[in-house]
Amino acid sequence: MIRDITIGQYYPADSVIHRLDPRTKLVATLVFIISLFLFRSFAAYLVATAFLACVIRASKVPFRYMVRGLKAVLILLLITVLFNMFLTPGTPLVRIWKLTITREGLTTAVFMAIRLTYLIIGSSVMTLTTTPNQLTDGLEKGLRPLNKIHVPVHEVAMIMSIALRFIPILLEETDKIMKAQMARGADFESGGILRKAKSMVPLLVPLFISAFRRANDLAMAMEARGYHGGEGRTRMRPLQYHRRDGAAYLSLLVYLLAMYAAKRIAGF
Amino acid sequence: MGIIETRHLTHDYQKIDEDGKTQVSCRAVDDVDLDVSPGQFIAILGHNGSGKSTLAKHLNAILLPTQGTVYVDGLDTRDAEKLDAIRQRAGMVFQNPDNQIIGTVVEEDVAFGPENMGVSPREIEQRVEASLKTVDMWEYRKHSPNRLSGGQKQRVAIAGVVAMEPMCIVLDEPTAMLDPVGRKEVIRAAQKLNREKQVTIILITHYMEEVIEADRVIVMDQGKILMQGTPREIFSRVEELKAHRLDVPQVTMLAHELRKSGLPIPEGILTVEELADAISPLVNHTESKKG
Amino acid sequence: MSIKIEHLNYIYSQGTAYEKQALTDINLELPDGQFAGVIGHTGSGKSTLIQHLNGLIKATEGTVYYNGENIYAENYVMKDLRSRVGLVFQYPEYQLFEVDVFTDVCFGPKNLGLPKEEVEKRAYEALRQVGLKEKYFKKSPFELSGGQKRRAAIAGILAMQPEVLILDEPTAGLDPRGRDDILEQIARLHAERGITVVLVSHSMEDIAKYVERIIVMEKGRVRFDDTPKKVFEHDRELEQIGLAAPQVTYVMRELKNRGMDVDLCATTIDEAKQSILRCMAGRG
Repeated sequence: MIRDITIGQYYPADSVIHRLDPRTKLVATLVFIISLFLFRSFAAYLVATAFLACVIRASKVPFRYMVRGLKAVLILLLITVLFNMFLTPGTPLVRIWKLTITREGLTTAVFMAIRLTYLIIGSSVMTLTTTPNQLTDGLEKGLRPLNKIHVPVHEVAMIMSIALRFIPILLEETDKIMKAQMARGADFESGGILRKAKSMVPLLVPLFISAFRRANDLAMAMEARGYHGGEGRTRMRPLQYHRRDGAAYLSLLVYLLAMYAAKRIAGF
Repeated sequence: MGIIETRHLTHDYQKIDEDGKTQVSCRAVDDVDLDVSPGQFIAILGHNGSGKSTLAKHLNAILLPTQGTVYVDGLDTRDAEKLDAIRQRAGMVFQNPDNQIIGTVVEEDVAFGPENMGVSPREIEQRVEASLKTVDMWEYRKHSPNRLSGGQKQRVAIAGVVAMEPMCIVLDEPTAMLDPVGRKEVIRAAQKLNREKQVTIILITHYMEEVIEADRVIVMDQGKILMQGTPREIFSRVEELKAHRLDVPQVTMLAHELRKSGLPIPEGILTVEELADAISPLVNHTESKKG
Repeated sequence: MSIKIEHLNYIYSQGTAYEKQALTDINLELPDGQFAGVIGHTGSGKSTLIQHLNGLIKATEGTVYYNGENIYAENYVMKDLRSRVGLVFQYPEYQLFEVDVFTDVCFGPKNLGLPKEEVEKRAYEALRQVGLKEKYFKKSPFELSGGQKRRAAIAGILAMQPEVLILDEPTAGLDPRGRDDILEQIARLHAERGITVVLVSHSMEDIAKYVERIIVMEKGRVRFDDTPKKVFEHDRELEQIGLAAPQVTYVMRELKNRGMDVDLCATTIDEAKQSILRCMAGRG
């Protein structure tokens, strides 16, 4: 059933990484990604590999779940690698027909591949170990300082969590409306782009109307339960940093120093 | 002092006219006086468009009267400063179970109301536990609402209101989209709240069998109160109900038909037991006469 | 000539963690012109079952025959089947999308590739059949009341002039007045046009009055399949699976228990009344 599609890909397990505060995980993922672009050296990437391996180990999530995310971007990854390989000018290494692979091109391509792969695995670690709710909570609390410059942090987080709640419902509704229109002889498959686009009208109009009706109902229900924005709101389980989060930040610092050292000292 | 009091409550909607140009105002609720005492179980019956839902939405200030006043525990709903207090006192459960659950996990949704009220985290936990237990949904606290049945979702919605510790809960056709099993679950939860926690219940429905145990039944038609009384009083007026094309429970209908055929059966029969009790002495009577 | 289902099995999301057997070994035959009811509570598989009848869901195992032809055969034209077996979904008003009611009803016949005059003729007729007044034809579907919207949506299927009409809970969410109107109209359609009608519902009292056969579904299986009277004899079992017989059945049972010789097969108010009066007269 379409309802079973869950957004995000949380993998339930009891691990240190799962228990970390979502803010810690958000910061760590961000720092990790930046570090990949900041320290462009093979030695540094060795450090990053070791760090990533340790985190994956600690998360108790099977490795195959980690690489699942890669499948979706495989094409993009290949294109990036190929472009970099063939289109970077420099010392020629091999020549195939009209295309030249240069030493510089090869290095860039390899770096690019590693960066993208690690970027995706890194963020997968976060989404696999954090429920979408924790994530929005983390964003809301972590970004709260932005409130001062009039960024509606609470509202954005609320929108995200409502979206998480309603996407499966709307997916199912799409399925239902499609079937209902097919029962009236609608054809969603055949025809050219123009005909296909036109055939979407009987699906999209009811879907939008339904979404608006739901939004209207939900707004009323929220109001009836005393919702008046983020001000004065408490949380049942407010986010709190624990000792393990301190340890995590410390490890992150050590990782950064190691990256820096690796790039400086090893120099390759 | 009643928990809910309306005085000359009137509400007009603005609607586009048949020719599609002029705006006309359409009277949904027309001069309604309603008094509800604490701890009562009130059922409001009526067709779609009879004004019952519009009336309900006035009871926790989602709609404000065009004319007249609504008092919730003595607070005038037009007083914007009392809005939070009013919504805490009178909770509301709506028809569509999917469109009123905000949280992606059951317990988070139940916590939503108390969170808005600024209740302390520890107390929220306690309230969530207590209210989920009241509606028998505690074991589902970690579930996603998407995977629950309609009746379960509505019970979660009720728990969400209960967690705000209201004096009164208005249920606006909570069973219209449910199957018979779900309907029973929801009605049972409402009755339990009324009996055990003395929460005032105002149940809006068009299923007759759900109102039989109410303290008072109000029948609405065209924005006005058409009939009012105990279930027995209301269901004694079968012809009148039928004239307005309202349902009557099958037993009540059967009793009425038998009465019309000349059997001495009292009006306002509500249960199978009552009807059997009314019929069997007639048989014994004729038999003893024969013997 | 009929719909025939043989050894039908259906498994949801096969091969995933959410795999679930929705239908198990269903064998049914629906002769032409029958008025049948399918009853079961949410999750019993009744909605899944009827979606097999016009090919919207393909069985995991088993076959469906329409007028003797296997609908899963390679050269079978599914679109043709869908115009012959009209399926009205639950809350069908959610599928309305056109600028006005009339154009919306035209959508079905237009998809059949009929000429414009024929399309309009059918739409007109269908709207008349569901009892929608002409002044609503050019209105936006979203301006109608709940019951009117529902009828417009049913007309959308009727305009395709199906040989079989299947309705999934056509009265859900309607008030008693709307419910009775729709059921009466369906019964009239069946009587006048002689088409096969399958009514899916979870309310026994609603359908007992109309149908000549009741199929009770439970956990993806057919639990009972007989005339209403025969099915309601199993009132205890029906209760166990979360369904109940009409209230009058219980009245008759109770009277029988108290020693009255009433007809246990009475399922409608009128039948019950007659039986009780007869019983009284017999004694007195």
